[in-house]
Amino acid sequence: MSRSPGTGAAILATLSHARYVISGNPVTAFAFMLLGLLLFCAVFGPWIVPFDPLASDTAATLKAPSLRHWFGTDALGRDVFSRVVAATRLDLAIAVFSVALVFAFGGLAGIAAGFFGGWTDRIVGRIADTIMAFPLFVLAMGIVAALGNTVTNIVIATAIINFPLYARVARTEASVRREAGFVMAARLSGNSELRIALTSILPNILPIMMVQMSLTMGYAILNAAGLSFIGLGVRPPMPEWGIMVAEGAGSIISGEWWLALFPGLALMLAVFCFNLIGDGLRDIVDPQRRT
Amino acid sequence: MIQLPLLNVRDLTVEFSTRRGIVRAVRNIDISIGKGETLGIVGESGSGKSVTSYAVMRILDRAGQIAGGSIHFAGLDLRAASERQMVDLRGREMSMIFQNPRAALNPIRRIGHQIEDVLRQHAQAGSADAREKAIEALRDVRISRPEERYSAYPFELSGGMCQRVVIALALACRPKLLIADEPTTGLDVTTQKAVMDLILELTRARGMSTILITHDLGLAATYCSRVVVMEKGEVVETASAAEIFAAPRHAYTRKLMRATPRPGIGLRDLLPDENRAGEALPASAPGAPLLTVSALVKEYPRAEAGLFSRFMKPDAAGAQPFRAVDGIGFDIKRGESLGLVGESGCGKSTTSMMLMRLIDPTAGSIIFDGEDIGSIPARDFARHPMRKRIQMVFQDPTDSLNPRYSAARAIADPLLRLGACEPRTLRARVEELASLVGLPGDLLDRFPHQLSGGQKARVGIARAIALNPSLVVLDEPTAALDVSVQALVLNLLADLKAALGMSYLFVSHDLHVVRLICDRVIVMRAGRIIEQGRAADVLDHPKADYTKELIAALPHPPAQPAAR
Repeated sequence: MSRSPGTGAAILATLSHARYVISGNPVTAFAFMLLGLLLFCAVFGPWIVPFDPLASDTAATLKAPSLRHWFGTDALGRDVFSRVVAATRLDLAIAVFSVALVFAFGGLAGIAAGFFGGWTDRIVGRIADTIMAFPLFVLAMGIVAALGNTVTNIVIATAIINFPLYARVARTEASVRREAGFVMAARLSGNSELRIALTSILPNILPIMMVQMSLTMGYAILNAAGLSFIGLGVRPPMPEWGIMVAEGAGSIISGEWWLALFPGLALMLAVFCFNLIGDGLRDIVDPQRRT
Repeated sequence: MIQLPLLNVRDLTVEFSTRRGIVRAVRNIDISIGKGETLGIVGESGSGKSVTSYAVMRILDRAGQIAGGSIHFAGLDLRAASERQMVDLRGREMSMIFQNPRAALNPIRRIGHQIEDVLRQHAQAGSADAREKAIEALRDVRISRPEERYSAYPFELSGGMCQRVVIALALACRPKLLIADEPTTGLDVTTQKAVMDLILELTRARGMSTILITHDLGLAATYCSRVVVMEKGEVVETASAAEIFAAPRHAYTRKLMRATPRPGIGLRDLLPDENRAGEALPASAPGAPLLTVSALVKEYPRAEAGLFSRFMKPDAAGAQPFRAVDGIGFDIKRGESLGLVGESGCGKSTTSMMLMRLIDPTAGSIIFDGEDIGSIPARDFARHPMRKRIQMVFQDPTDSLNPRYSAARAIADPLLRLGACEPRTLRARVEELASLVGLPGDLLDRFPHQLSGGQKARVGIARAIALNPSLVVLDEPTAALDVSVQALVLNLLADLKAALGMSYLFVSHDLHVVRLICDRVIVMRAGRIIEQGRAADVLDHPKADYTKELIAALPHPPAQPAAR
């Protein structure tokens, strides 16, 4: 393989650049550590937790945080720590799948709009406008209510409300590059328009889309938790941060603050983590915009 | 007696801290400029000429710092000056003009207001007389009808006009020192002459000192009394303009001068002696016409009238479309290179785009090797068998390479799509092409940002010749390159043409370059052909007034080098 040294060197160069950015930016390093922790919980969570997140224990209901129950127990005697850790998988899965879905559809629609222009641009633009015309959370509620109260539909609803963001970023980036010299050169080399869009435009706007993905990931988590907070999508007794906050919210007045606090903290950390990574990725991808 | 210089830079060192450690952009340089003097700083990209001027203005970016030496301006130590003092000095005592005039102006503010801003900032005008003084400043830079232009926005003005406004801004407070950083790069030759003449005239009239930073030795020698030549952060030679042309002392100056295209030399004369690989191959005599263009027209609709004006003036909707190319006709013979010359907006790019079949002509025919390719829609041309035979080298080597493709992938692209080249032989063919254009094989796996400008230009040329085209359109292929690199690339192009028997359409605004590489020349203006004929005839004995004007606008250094 004569190509591999070049590719290998390119990967090494990217890694060393990433290391350079991270070493100059400890916040990003911290965010990546946090991401590692989240992923670890998502993958191994159900196996490493001390208690079964679904098992109730009537002998130990509404216990305050202690050495045995780090985050305390809820009204059914379930261990809050185990439930918070176990919920990571579901919350991250919703976010990852919805972002992947919107990236595929929104990104491609945006590239088509920006690159081909004309009617494609108008249609994609108006679809995005229509979605933006609704209060997004209300729209998501409506979609889940209409399609049916399932986790899949939460994913779809979250993807739909993020569509305008992706379509518009991709459209702008693609239309900037539409008249670039390398696109014309690709035409002269006999590439079809579709191939140019996929091989010349898409790879070049991918870094910017990655940043966008990381930033919307936090938003997607929040949105999913919000939907389950109001009782849509995920159903009890499944552990999920939004439901847990909803269930615990009523008990705050009666003094059981730990029920809502810990899942809320987990939610906050996850959103925080993805936003920081988004900023860090932007620095890696595009040092010019660094602030 | 010793008169104190206005600006005295001694032993200046500027460092930039980068991830690969500290880079010294400027090393121990000495520059001084007296009152009323015009000094040229000449060097190729990376020579530190701009960094020097930024250091003087104390506008280095955060990573850069003055590591040693001193800068004295009118007796004031600029290194020790506070930022507050510097703010006061900039614009009032020393001003700067940047390369891109459009970028230097606020696009959403009327130009008159922008000049007023500067005047008020330095308390040169109050609200009562600001308008008057701004108009006065516009008049000083020979802007016609300054009262009307006062309320114009930058986008309403041409590039040359914008640069005048920038000069007006810079000179509004009557500074003692003007630093012009490539003030005419990107402007047409006639505009360049007008802008440079203006700067020189104002310098004389106001007793200012001017530093002209440029890559063009000819320009510096024409307009400056003294020239400083910089290479890799060091001053290699300082001499009067006449001296530097008559007897350059440093080897680098000689190399730079030799590489500058000028009348009365051949292509090979641009190269340093050690690079001369024999005489140029004799160009084959041009054969039968390969491409015949007749009555070619490209029209663009005028900007769509707004709702309001359409309502008010219903008959305005039927406005004449804009004719970018207005019925031109010419032919290119086999093995010939034809120069297409003109200033920006003359339709030369539109013409080359139509020949390349990237855009459709409105009317007229393009007969290529017996077939009217003008009638094939541009959309379908990518799959047409003729596609292989017409290729192009783009103006900006950076912009024309996909940042995500390695050099090898970029060269292979036309082979993969059109070449019917077997995957097994692909790499060998790419390597063959790379060696043909003089690109070292170990650079093939690099990405564009890891290559120098000259190397990127070679990749672009290798890609264009990969399919053995009959016609290559060269759209200002050397405009973005340093002169020494330009010399190499021009020679490479001439050698390739002789070796592969291609025809060239060489689109350029640089008449000196066209003279070196083209057999025939077409001069275009406002979409029409003004003059055409053999390159030597047109450039030495122009018939049309416009051609004469173009040639007169070229910088004329005080003396041509005695020995070449």
